[in-house]
Amino acid sequence: MTRVAVERRRRAPLRARLRRDWPLLVMVLPGALLLLVFHYVPTLGNIVAFQDYNPYLGDSALQALVNSPFIGLDNFRALFATPAFWDALWNTLSITAFQLVFFFPLPIALALLLDSVLSRRVRTVVQTIVYLPHFFSWVLVVTFFVQMLGGAGLLAQELRQAGVNPPEIMTNPDTFLLLVTAEVVWKDVGWGTIVFLAALSTIDRHLYEAAAADGAGRWRRLWHVTLPGLRPVIVLLLILRLGDALSVGFEQFLLQREAVGRQAAEVLDTFVYYHAITTGDYGFGAAAGLFKAAVGLVLILLANKVAHLFGERGVYARS
Amino acid sequence: MRPVWEEKPGVAGQVAKGTVLTAVVLVVVVPLWVALVTSLSSRATINAAGGLVVVPRGIDVSAYRIIFSGGQISQALWISTLVTVVGTLVSLLVTIPAAYGLSRPGSVGHRGLLFFFLLTFLVYPGLVPSYLVVTGVGLKDSLWALILPSAINVFNFVVVRAFFQGLPSELLDSARVDGAGEFRILWRIVLPLSKAVVAVVGLFYAVGYWNVWFSALLYIDDNEKFPIQRVLQTFILAGQTPQTSGTAVGTALPPTLAIKMAVVVVTVAPIAAVYPFVQRHFTRGVILGAVKG
Repeated sequence: MTRVAVERRRRAPLRARLRRDWPLLVMVLPGALLLLVFHYVPTLGNIVAFQDYNPYLGDSALQALVNSPFIGLDNFRALFATPAFWDALWNTLSITAFQLVFFFPLPIALALLLDSVLSRRVRTVVQTIVYLPHFFSWVLVVTFFVQMLGGAGLLAQELRQAGVNPPEIMTNPDTFLLLVTAEVVWKDVGWGTIVFLAALSTIDRHLYEAAAADGAGRWRRLWHVTLPGLRPVIVLLLILRLGDALSVGFEQFLLQREAVGRQAAEVLDTFVYYHAITTGDYGFGAAAGLFKAAVGLVLILLANKVAHLFGERGVYARS
Repeated sequence: MRPVWEEKPGVAGQVAKGTVLTAVVLVVVVPLWVALVTSLSSRATINAAGGLVVVPRGIDVSAYRIIFSGGQISQALWISTLVTVVGTLVSLLVTIPAAYGLSRPGSVGHRGLLFFFLLTFLVYPGLVPSYLVVTGVGLKDSLWALILPSAINVFNFVVVRAFFQGLPSELLDSARVDGAGEFRILWRIVLPLSKAVVAVVGLFYAVGYWNVWFSALLYIDDNEKFPIQRVLQTFILAGQTPQTSGTAVGTALPPTLAIKMAVVVVTVAPIAAVYPFVQRHFTRGVILGAVKG
């Protein structure tokens, strides 16, 4: 829609606009209500982070919230004095950093590989297969890993028959980082290619031809044409990932925490779950959650700012 | 077709490419294959293989007979089907009108409402307050707890909205001139043109509901109401034995391993069955959202 048309729409008197647009408002209402109740109300509910919240101080959560005493920053003080919190934060950040290096580039590589396959049919078949695990639940993904690599899994079974003692894979805290990254790769490397394949298809074919005419070989074309063409998408996804640095696959870790142990598998989200929901220490858990949300917000704004400094569009445009 | 200016690929390069792609495909397919074959194996075959079966030897469907003949797994499959069907319908009924209602810049409240929707990307509540709200409004042990909090996904909303904005506005305007109301336009003109995006978003929602696990861990204590993922987790990962009405069959029970793998197969099956039909629309749906969002 053109700017003029938008302006014309806006300039009509409010009453006339309401008469014209009320059906649109009715359509938006249910979604807005759901977001209000299940997104914004809980967001405001984060004030329990500043309370000694006691669910038994009222008949409803709201009453308990009103009756619970405010204790200032005590929950945060307690949180920062808990070594397990720092362990969880450290685990989360190391997993993010590790996967940034060992997962992030893989969909790009696979997309380039797929893009270079000339046969359309081969490409479609491979795509259909590698997208599939993205739609599996984490329960299912972990199940498949246990089934293939676990103590009673296929690998152990074959090794034992060959007379070799099978290695501990699913329960070893020292190699847990590799394991969870392998799971993420299995689940999402294929799905991750979609965005890059689409970006590849928008690169002007004439650029390749011109580069080839100027004597650029395959690898130089990759470096000087393809990668610059992918740059905006790569930057966008990097920003999103950085803004989400404190979130790693929550269910993935919750499912494996018992098998591997808290030391390696506790991340911020599982920390909140185990220190709030299962113990009933809601104020403390909310403090940890609020810390995570606040840092996440700062991170995404920062990453976006950096992208703008480098002249990229980023997630939202500078306005 | 290879453009004329492009070099002919070397043999080594072709072989390497083929090997890598084959390996990637096998890594995905082999676990699925092993689960399927083991679920269809008899006790003798499983014992001979020493556990999981890679090479099929005959077909024995007794494991499936067990899980479909009542008991916890049948119940969980029913619950998951219910949640998936009802949830997807609710989600589409909320998301599509909202996306249409906010697809026209300049309408009343457009800016503020759109901001209200998009701000959810930056500000989110966290686990504890969400838990308190969902239990506070009385959804503990209700299947609605698996549906309502995630009924509208703002990413899906953005995808649908972007698609609606790409529709030719002349079409809608002429319908309006003819006196059609907005609901009628949405139902009669916009939706028939939007089958692809509705299919993609519907699939995303359906998969989300079929895969629901953590919400069930949080909100559902009654194991009569466990969805399939929750049963899969307690049964396979935590190693408990589900109650089946196995004795009713009257013959010897199939091995636990076959039953486990049958549960895995029925958990995968609906996804694997539906998704190839929607797959060709993915790029369009996903990219639209990514670019315009």
